[in-house]
Amino acid sequence: MNQAPATSADRFLAPAEREIWRILADVPDPEIPVLSVVELGIVRHVRVADDRRVTVGVSPTYTGCPATEVIARSIQTRLEAEGYEDPKVESVLSPPWSSDWVTESGRAKLKEYGIAPPAQSVSNPKHLFREPKVACPRCSSMQTRKVSEFASTPCKALYRCESCLEPFEYFKCI
Amino acid sequence: MSASPAIVAASAQLRFRYALYLGDTSLILAQRLGEWVGHAPALEEDLALANTALDLLGQARHLLSYAGEIEGKGRSEDDLAFLRDPSDFINLALVEQPNVDFGHTIVRQFLIDAWQLELFECLQGSSDPRFAELAAKALKETRYHYRFSSGWMVRLGDGTEESHQRVQDGLNALWKFTGELFAPGAVDEQAAAAGLGPDPASLRAAWTANVEQVLTEATLKKPADVSYRWFGKRHQHTEHLSHLLAEMQIMQRTYPGVQW
Repeated sequence: MNQAPATSADRFLAPAEREIWRILADVPDPEIPVLSVVELGIVRHVRVADDRRVTVGVSPTYTGCPATEVIARSIQTRLEAEGYEDPKVESVLSPPWSSDWVTESGRAKLKEYGIAPPAQSVSNPKHLFREPKVACPRCSSMQTRKVSEFASTPCKALYRCESCLEPFEYFKCI
Repeated sequence: MSASPAIVAASAQLRFRYALYLGDTSLILAQRLGEWVGHAPALEEDLALANTALDLLGQARHLLSYAGEIEGKGRSEDDLAFLRDPSDFINLALVEQPNVDFGHTIVRQFLIDAWQLELFECLQGSSDPRFAELAAKALKETRYHYRFSSGWMVRLGDGTEESHQRVQDGLNALWKFTGELFAPGAVDEQAAAAGLGPDPASLRAAWTANVEQVLTEATLKKPADVSYRWFGKRHQHTEHLSHLLAEMQIMQRTYPGVQW
């Protein structure tokens, strides 16, 4: 369940599929544009049929995430621009997306962008009832305080750094 | 929900109605929470209620789309949400109750979050994989909702005299609608027999233990169980549903097919 989806570096992929993963690595998430959809861990599978018809499986981060439809359209648009005709995007709910699937480079980019990356793995469901220690993405201080469980998008919470006094967003563990 | 030889195959009609029951419940609660946008006591709580509403709306969209798919008459999630009459809705009566104040809203949310925690946990074992996979996804979101609402139950209940009174009033007003959560209502009873979802009564013990623990911590009194007349899942709604739908549906009713 916690096995991360493939990336273009996966040596077990067929070349045609690896090419699609490479293209998707360049499709930004509409709400956190420094991250690609691959780094966010929402691309679940890529299939290329014999006639070059492409199907991409994408998971919503949250069931109601309004970006889901924008993401599907931007994937289609990019693949069309690369010469793939009528690409399909299908929704994959199971197993549900987890913040554990945000890639290492994705975490680094989140931090650089000013969003604290997920602070722990969710493999133990008890994590929800223990407060994680969240480091300030600006000054790395651990003296931070949660201001609100929810923030500007469903995937983030609102924090404040007690050292540099800046507010920041934290990418929730789910 | 372990497989039992008594399980009978779920008919399309039953799966359709079960998807409507769960979808309507999430949809109506989402609409109620959405009424808070711009009105909550603080920006953080405004965001929290809106985010919770968004998760519930996401669940409703999956469930109503699936209902339309099973029905096979070409009705979309929007058709089912916007073009059905109040008497066609089978949401729990609890979720259509008005917001009143932040205290009432938190009580309603807490009671339903605690129920959804048990429901989705069990629904992951549904004989229908579409319900099972949605439950696995929704369960993760519900844990966040529950953490928010149970946290506020304690802060308000164990807060000032006024916050305590308001949340106790909310509890007293809404408690009579909790009986329906565990009483058989045809759709969920048949769904349980077909292995689609849990027997509603089976959720009661864990829900009660959970709710009692939070009420104790919040220094609130559990109201006595009373008989109740409303049964949303049997189409018996309070007057509030019609008002809610009138507002929610007016654009699609007035300008059919309008988009923006």
